[in-house]
Amino acid sequence: MNKEPGMTLIVKTITRLTVGFILLYGIYILVHGHISPGGGFAGGVIIALSFIHLMLAFGKETALSKLSKPAAALFESFGAIAFLAIATLGFMGGYFFFNFFTDKGEPFKLFSAGIIPLCNIAISVKVAAGLFSIFIILVLLKFKTDDKKEDK
Amino acid sequence: MVIMYVLLAMMIIAAIAAIEMEDLISSVIAVGAVGLVLSIAFLVLKVPDLAITQLVVEILCLIILIRATLKRDLPFSASGRWFLNTFIAVAFVVIFLIFAYYSVKDLPTFGYPVMKVAKFYVDSALLKTGATNIVAAVILDFRAYDTLGEATILFTAVIGVMAVMRRIGRKKIGEKIEDENE
Repeated sequence: MNKEPGMTLIVKTITRLTVGFILLYGIYILVHGHISPGGGFAGGVIIALSFIHLMLAFGKETALSKLSKPAAALFESFGAIAFLAIATLGFMGGYFFFNFFTDKGEPFKLFSAGIIPLCNIAISVKVAAGLFSIFIILVLLKFKTDDKKEDK
Repeated sequence: MVIMYVLLAMMIIAAIAAIEMEDLISSVIAVGAVGLVLSIAFLVLKVPDLAITQLVVEILCLIILIRATLKRDLPFSASGRWFLNTFIAVAFVVIFLIFAYYSVKDLPTFGYPVMKVAKFYVDSALLKTGATNIVAAVILDFRAYDTLGEATILFTAVIGVMAVMRRIGRKKIGEKIEDENE
């Protein structure tokens, strides 16, 4: 095993070219969730996939320098609390999840549909950070035992 | 309708291949083929939202499964009480089919839904929410409680994975926590 972490030079070069576009496509999907197919969940998964792509190609140091484990935990909690906060703000109009913008905006424009884009952004932050941390936990964490009695 | 039968046949063949493969990675790739054909089936049925979600989640699951199974020699036990297991599985399938026969009979025919509730959404989604994607209007405005439940499910899944995989609380002497560097 060579000292340099990650995959071969071909994979690294292609990753350097494509990972930005993958992240950008995820952001496009999530921002246009109320206009075209897609939405918060799919956009969040694509954003998480761009970080996983980085980790598979360059090793864990590069990916964790972009989004560290405490930052992922923070973002996931932030997304959950932001979604709940938007839901609770609906009490301004009367009930839970009330779409409290009186001016809904013009259809087919980016800034329309009231709270739906905000909910999409909150959900996507939560999904991206959550799936990335699941990947980190399942793939990276290993437990090494020195005594051979245990792993029989 | 022919293309749906072709896709369903491909899915069934890939699922059988996933069971019958000896190699674990080949089996995982066959499971991935099932999911990809399913996303094409969603696209044929004109559900692009579900197709996108199914595609990206399938890719993520495939990556996690391959990275999780690549370097572990997982024990594969095909021996044991195969007669009892097969009997229980067949019995459950028969019971499920009996109940499904009576419940599917009462469903509306394929492609002609009754649309009592959906008609309200189709009529008033654009006026009440301003969202042109009616799916987004339903899951984030009319039925936002369901989306809150989904978000809670994902949160619980992360916490559950951490609770299962994390062994810091019962670490033994001489055991080190190491991150694999690759």
